[in-house]
Amino acid sequence: MRDLIYLTVILPLLGFLINGIFGSKIKNEKLIGIIGSGVVGISFLIALGAFFETLALPLEQRQKIVSLFSWMVVGKLNVSFAFQVDQLSLVMALVVTGVGFIIHVYSIGYMHGDKGYWRFFSYMNLFIFAMMNLILADNFVLLFLGWEGVGLCSYLLIGFWYDRKFEKSTVAEASKKAFIVNRVGDFGFLLGMFLIFMTFGSLNFNEVFSRAVSFNVPAYVYGFIAIFLFIGATGKSAQIPLFVWLPDAMAGPTPVSALIHAATMVTAGVYMVARTSIIYASAPQIMMVIAIIGALTAFFAATIGIVQNDIKKVLAYSTVSQLGYMFLAMGVGAFSAGIFHVMTHAFFKALLFLAAGSVIHAMHEEQDIQKFGGLKKYMPRTHITFLIAALAISGIPPLSGFFSKDEILWFSFANSGLFLWIIGAGTAMMTAFYMFRLYILTFDGKERFGKDKHPHESPAVITIPLIVLAVLSVIGGFVGIPEVFSGEHGNQFHNWLAPIFKDADRKLAHFNLYSHSTEILLMVLSVVFAVSAIWFARYVYLKKPSIASDTAKRFKGLYNLLWNKYFVDEVYDAVIINPIVKTSKSFLWQIADNKIIDGVVNGTAKLIDIFSVNIRKLQNGVAQFYALVMVLGIVAAFFWIILSL
Amino acid sequence: MIITIEYYLILSAFMFLVGVTGVLINRNAIVVFMSIELMLNSANLTLVTFSSFLGNSIGQLFVFFVMTVAAAEAAVGLAIIIAIFRNKLTVNIDEINILKW
Amino acid sequence: MENSLLLTYLILTPFIGSFLILFFKKGQEHLIRYTALAISTIAFIISVIIYFQFDSANAGFQFIDKFHWIKGLNIHYHVGIDGMSLLLVLLTTFLTPLTLVSSWSSIESKVKEFTFFFLMLEVGMLGVFISLDLFLFYVFWEAMLIPMYFIIGIWGGKERIYAAVKFFIYTMFGSLLMLVALIWLAVYAIGPLGYFTTNLIELYAVSPQIPIDIQTWMFIAFAFSFAIKVPVFPLHTWLPDAHVQAPTAGSVILAGVLLKMGTYGLLRFNLPLFPEVSVAAAPYISILAIIGIIYGALVSMVQTDIKKLVAYSSVSHLGFVVLGIFAMTQESIQGAIIQMVNHGLSTGALFLLVGIIYERTHTREISDYGGIAKLVPVFAFALMFASLSSVGLPGLNGFIGEFLILLGSFKSPVLGSWWFTVFAASGVIFAAVYLLWMYQRVVYGEVTNPKLNGLKDMNNREIFVLFPIFIFIVWIGIYPSTFLKVSDKSTAKVVKQMYNPEKINPVQMGLIQSTK
Repeated sequence: MRDLIYLTVILPLLGFLINGIFGSKIKNEKLIGIIGSGVVGISFLIALGAFFETLALPLEQRQKIVSLFSWMVVGKLNVSFAFQVDQLSLVMALVVTGVGFIIHVYSIGYMHGDKGYWRFFSYMNLFIFAMMNLILADNFVLLFLGWEGVGLCSYLLIGFWYDRKFEKSTVAEASKKAFIVNRVGDFGFLLGMFLIFMTFGSLNFNEVFSRAVSFNVPAYVYGFIAIFLFIGATGKSAQIPLFVWLPDAMAGPTPVSALIHAATMVTAGVYMVARTSIIYASAPQIMMVIAIIGALTAFFAATIGIVQNDIKKVLAYSTVSQLGYMFLAMGVGAFSAGIFHVMTHAFFKALLFLAAGSVIHAMHEEQDIQKFGGLKKYMPRTHITFLIAALAISGIPPLSGFFSKDEILWFSFANSGLFLWIIGAGTAMMTAFYMFRLYILTFDGKERFGKDKHPHESPAVITIPLIVLAVLSVIGGFVGIPEVFSGEHGNQFHNWLAPIFKDADRKLAHFNLYSHSTEILLMVLSVVFAVSAIWFARYVYLKKPSIASDTAKRFKGLYNLLWNKYFVDEVYDAVIINPIVKTSKSFLWQIADNKIIDGVVNGTAKLIDIFSVNIRKLQNGVAQFYALVMVLGIVAAFFWIILSL
Repeated sequence: MIITIEYYLILSAFMFLVGVTGVLINRNAIVVFMSIELMLNSANLTLVTFSSFLGNSIGQLFVFFVMTVAAAEAAVGLAIIIAIFRNKLTVNIDEINILKW
Repeated sequence: MENSLLLTYLILTPFIGSFLILFFKKGQEHLIRYTALAISTIAFIISVIIYFQFDSANAGFQFIDKFHWIKGLNIHYHVGIDGMSLLLVLLTTFLTPLTLVSSWSSIESKVKEFTFFFLMLEVGMLGVFISLDLFLFYVFWEAMLIPMYFIIGIWGGKERIYAAVKFFIYTMFGSLLMLVALIWLAVYAIGPLGYFTTNLIELYAVSPQIPIDIQTWMFIAFAFSFAIKVPVFPLHTWLPDAHVQAPTAGSVILAGVLLKMGTYGLLRFNLPLFPEVSVAAAPYISILAIIGIIYGALVSMVQTDIKKLVAYSSVSHLGFVVLGIFAMTQESIQGAIIQMVNHGLSTGALFLLVGIIYERTHTREISDYGGIAKLVPVFAFALMFASLSSVGLPGLNGFIGEFLILLGSFKSPVLGSWWFTVFAASGVIFAAVYLLWMYQRVVYGEVTNPKLNGLKDMNNREIFVLFPIFIFIVWIGIYPSTFLKVSDKSTAKVVKQMYNPEKINPVQMGLIQSTK
């Protein structure tokens, strides 16, 4: 089955082509939906088969490269369309195809009636194609193809309803912002790739990583490579400073937000750091930078999420925040913990978005939570699944979120000390708070919507995916039960991925200084924080809503700052974008090009013109004048001859 | 007083200069032509002078050529002036400046 | 050596064909058009035959034809191709029939003359790429100016005369300098060789021995002429006018092929004839190239006329090619060559698309558009596809060229610093900005201009013209070896002529071997 891994890439491409070329002619929505979801489903089955096959093999045989054909062979560069099946790529493949399949099925119901139904599924398939390229690539260039490919699909899907308005601007503007900000990150990624090629003479993972261990390369080179690649990751995975596109990405349909901006594309940066772990391990200062940026992003995004009123916006900032956690994990050297959180986050975040979509549809495209309330009696299944997801993301045991988040918090304490743990725990508290604020304002309490809205439960094609994801959110964490509980079994997930990170772990040489009791103490603390935050949210929003509005009034400045997301977009506009556009227009174009450079060209012509106009006055038509000139010339020649004799 | 060759040559040069000045200064085209004839005749005088003082007749022979050319050129030139006069009703050279930029 | 006459047939086909066209009478437009299409397709088929018979393992010139021309001056009709000229010849013969077909609806008057000039232009272009004799090269170089001048000047837009004259005189000014250098070079050869020669292959052996200060002047003279053609900042101002005023077919062929003649010249003449000077001048020219990349992109961003936007984007893209050439590593030169082909395809496609929409609305101002995605979905898709190719999306052709160029420049020992690549790479951000912003204002959003209602989508002929270009865009993006392998050996040879790659250390950044 591992040999067939390339099908997981090719089949979605086929789905894209079939739905793209013939989609407008196929009038049957179900057929389009079946083709679109089917290819992803089959890909999932193949990935699953490959997984079981790998599970049965001994450690040394677990990596396999399946090469399709050679891509670019120039000088020292030799990259192919080749896929690497190993423990890490299989985890990602299962998440992408599995959650992807669930979301595709959901979309069959969600996008029902949309004129661009076939376009939607073809773009979604193209996305899966690009994402699979990204995670299965055996070299940096193919990874980059997937990397930019998902950026393209994100652009196409965010801008799916391209003629609509979105907040103060348009949907098209939001999708363009996503692509451009991503491209800024890609610029960094490219530089990282070039530096890798120059240092190690290759861009294939196996060659680069083995040379990273054996070559004697100065530390600053690793530092530069690491930071360049990380810039790419901040773009793709929405960290500070390039996170600004993700909230605007909510302009796209909800399944897009679930798939791309929660479960898969945004985790590409995390995957990339995990894959290149040996390089990061060789640049410990950059790892600290990553950890700090991750922690800060997590914290600040959570603070913004507390005050948002659009259900998707809250979830968007929550995603940015959770991604911060994943980078925090990477930064402290807990690579498998980060990937673990990728997986569990995919489950509950996709679920949150899909459930939100269910609510939005039921409320006739209303997204403002201030107009919700009390929906739990109208939408029981959506309600229960949402609640499960909210509990999972808040880190309540024994749901999956608890295991993954706690592992990250534990490793940030154990490997880096108290400071990062405090930020992480504080963010966890805020996460629980805003999540339950969202839950209560939507499903609990008084009904705040008008008589014109008749909310009802969504059809099975929508609720069944919700239920599946809810089950996964509950049991998904059990593969990663930490040692402290599972004893000699160890952390299964960690052990599965350990061979991938073995070189990096060896270089980082973390010692386990703390005892199990410290670990359990911290675990208990974080659960206590989460529970108290949930209790506080219930208290404020169910019992005394006035606390919320009073606090908002009292801390008006702070509230404004948070509500306007720290004015980051405005700052970027004023400092970077507007100056560049204005300078280009008024100076570069109108002055430099039109007046100066072209002025020289036209000026030269004008000069010659003036010269000629004056010279031609010699031809005045009077014959005597010519005769005079002739005589003068003869006299001059005569004197010259006399003088030179 | 013995009349040596210099006298003739200086006379000839003087006539030539008068002719050149006449060409350059006069406004009337016919006078210009007369000055041109004067220039040609000064050349003739020089040729005859040398022929006489050097004792061979080549100079005098050449004078015939010059005279013939002068006659032909005068005929053509006067014909052109008449043609121009028919169009512009003037023989003032300053006004015959159509062939300019 | 035997003369394989294939290249001569290749050039003769449009040459004789253009005279055939002159025999048609007014009113036989469709006959003229079909004949021209047939002639240019035959030329394409011949070039494909040449491709299949080409030996990729041979780094030298193949299919050489050599006939005496001006015996007294030792000037021959000497033609031949190697890997890179083959790719450019293919590009020329590929684009010409497509461009002719695209002009069927836009050129209605004086069709016979237009077709004649166009085929003559093809002769000139092909001649430039295959000449191995400097004098012959110069003849063809000048020969392609005249048809282009007429095409812009007669069938162009409102300011066509100004644009045509500017184009002609600007380019000719450069070429005259080249003529001086050419003659000087040929005369100089009398010293070592004993006779005046304009044979390029012989001159390759002679010219590196010329004293450096004279070499520098010759280099500047040649480079000036090519730099005007490419165009390199700041000699680019003829380009926006020429492109905007030319008819669609003219713009496509101008961007698609004529601009490549400049970069081809740099690669074929400047680098191998004057290697030491090239290496010394490389950082300065690369700076100009990088300024071109960024400046071209920024000015393109703020244009209000779509065609001018695409014109300035050409300046930006060709900046990459010049950077690739002067970085002088195998990766970057291969990238430059493939990017020449890519630019011809993607910018050619963009100009074709602009022409298609212009024919319907007779306006190129972006503000007159908006929301046409719903009205013309096929066009919207085609425009997106061409834009993505231009932006350099991996999987499409643009990425291969840009990636190889940037990769090669990063480690270039001739440039000596990463900073060149850092600035050049920022061009990828700006490319996305100007193209996507244009796309958004033209295609997305609401239909704001009521005159746009009833816009017709692309008809079959237009799809037929774009389809082959799109196929190659994908082909080069996914499987570029078909094209890269052709120029591989000749590129390695050029690099070796410049410096010995073994001897010079790559930019010191830790390329130290294993200690184990």
